[in-house]
Amino acid sequence: MEFVSQHPVLVASIIKVAVLLLIVMTALAYLTWLERKVIAHIQSRWGPYFVGAHGLLQPLADGLKFLFKEDITPPVTDRLVYTLAPFLAFALALTAIALIPFGPPSVAFLHGQEAFSVADVGIGLLMVFAITSIGVYGVALAGWSSNSKYPLMGGLRSSAQMISYEVSLTMSVVGVVLLAGTLNFNDIIRGQQGYWFHFIPRWHVVPQIVGFLCYLTAAIAETNRVPFDLPEAETELVAGFHTEYSSFKFAMFFMAEYANMITVSCLAAILFFGGWLSPFPESWTWQNFLPGAGLVLLGIYLAYDTVTQMRGIARVQLGVVTLLCFGVALLCLIPSVASVIQGPFWFTTKILIILFFYIWMRGTLPRFRYDQLMAFGWKLLLPASLANLVLTSAWFVYGWVKHG
Amino acid sequence: MSLPSFMFFVCGVFAVTGAILLIWAKEPIHSALALVLVMMSLAVLYLLLGAPFIAAVQIIVYAGAIMVLFVFVIMLLNAGAEEHTDFSRLAKYVGWPLAIILIFWASHWLWRSPAAAAAGSGGLIAGPDSTRNLSIQLFRQYLFPFEATSILILIAILGALFLARKEE
Repeated sequence: MEFVSQHPVLVASIIKVAVLLLIVMTALAYLTWLERKVIAHIQSRWGPYFVGAHGLLQPLADGLKFLFKEDITPPVTDRLVYTLAPFLAFALALTAIALIPFGPPSVAFLHGQEAFSVADVGIGLLMVFAITSIGVYGVALAGWSSNSKYPLMGGLRSSAQMISYEVSLTMSVVGVVLLAGTLNFNDIIRGQQGYWFHFIPRWHVVPQIVGFLCYLTAAIAETNRVPFDLPEAETELVAGFHTEYSSFKFAMFFMAEYANMITVSCLAAILFFGGWLSPFPESWTWQNFLPGAGLVLLGIYLAYDTVTQMRGIARVQLGVVTLLCFGVALLCLIPSVASVIQGPFWFTTKILIILFFYIWMRGTLPRFRYDQLMAFGWKLLLPASLANLVLTSAWFVYGWVKHG
Repeated sequence: MSLPSFMFFVCGVFAVTGAILLIWAKEPIHSALALVLVMMSLAVLYLLLGAPFIAAVQIIVYAGAIMVLFVFVIMLLNAGAEEHTDFSRLAKYVGWPLAIILIFWASHWLWRSPAAAAAGSGGLIAGPDSTRNLSIQLFRQYLFPFEATSILILIAILGALFLARKEE
């Protein structure tokens, strides 16, 4: 205990990192489940259904499968770089999430340490961009070190794409930084408090709608997702940069991609949708019970589903999930807990909506051609985000808006 | 040992090791990776000196853009291991003694200068407005050199475009 009071920052950081890692890894696993389910329903299929009720144990089965597969290293590869690449991709993708504040800094534990962000850095936004800009090495090095032509082509394409769209990605958020006047995430979020005309939340998405659209497009390209998933165009490149990877090294690339998705969704929620702020005024105290009420509704649906649809072992599994859901709902209805989880609740809701949009895009759109992709990035997206930047600066210069 | 000075020594060792590996490695891509290591360690050193903005920009510009371009070129050319020539043998007889003299000379002067003693106790935690102060300095006091550098970079971009242009 004495050690804890002497080094509160160290102990709190270790606890927060451990908890965050646990949550993020689970979220990654279930994001793959969500993606397969949503796309399946878009295409009139069932998706994973047999491993656990509604395929809920499918991510676990996939993870075990990756662990037990033989890890093949082709003999002609550059051993060091070949092994380093997946670690680099995955570690950097996870590091970026540590800078995200999941709730207001006023919630504290262990002698006043912030509970909801691992590192509240003064230049948080720049730091996230710094970390994601290194992420391209994972892909480029994987493509090069495999010593095979398809991975090389895939790696080259992917790095070219990521470098090109990173410019637009950075340019599109400068407008928000101008509006907020800071690079710190919590300050950016606090600057979005209040309402226009008493009902529209002062989120940056309203004045920065062009910036938001540019950001969204560039972010999808940056994470190599459909319709910008050229590096993995299987008709042209087999599987792109990770063709020669197997077993858990492949899984690390896979998880890095999903972790990057979560990071860019978090950034979108913070920069344009008010992060952990609630869309309702603070005086509406009933909103504290929204998470609990939502979980109760989900629990009722699950109970109905358990009784009417499930048979055998699946009925037991879904029954356990239902009970868990009701338990967490009861916990969320305790007034003190309800007020603490407000921030994370709204933040998670916003992230989930943006992630759903991502998956929706994947289920709907065909892939770009490579030259179209480059032309789109340099000739349309970059000028648009630059124009947005010039317009926002003009706002300030001519005093159309007051600095908050 | 306090945390900042511990970090300083760790990153110093990383930076020096990276720099040595950069010269030592035979594969160009290993050299490039070693240089990335040097850049990252330097970024942490900037952070320790209380300059978080410079640290982030160091990573974004050098490690994230310039070195990616290096790796890109190495990948495109598919450059193999470098060969040793007669000229590189010269380094053994002239280069090594010169390097040792340089190290002793530099450490002698650093040891004696009062700035070195003060640097160890540097920031780590910069003021919340350090980025704002930097930009105020940059855009008020040093506006002319800043703009001149920007125009220089613009000219370089135009030059690159001109050289890369297709023959008509």
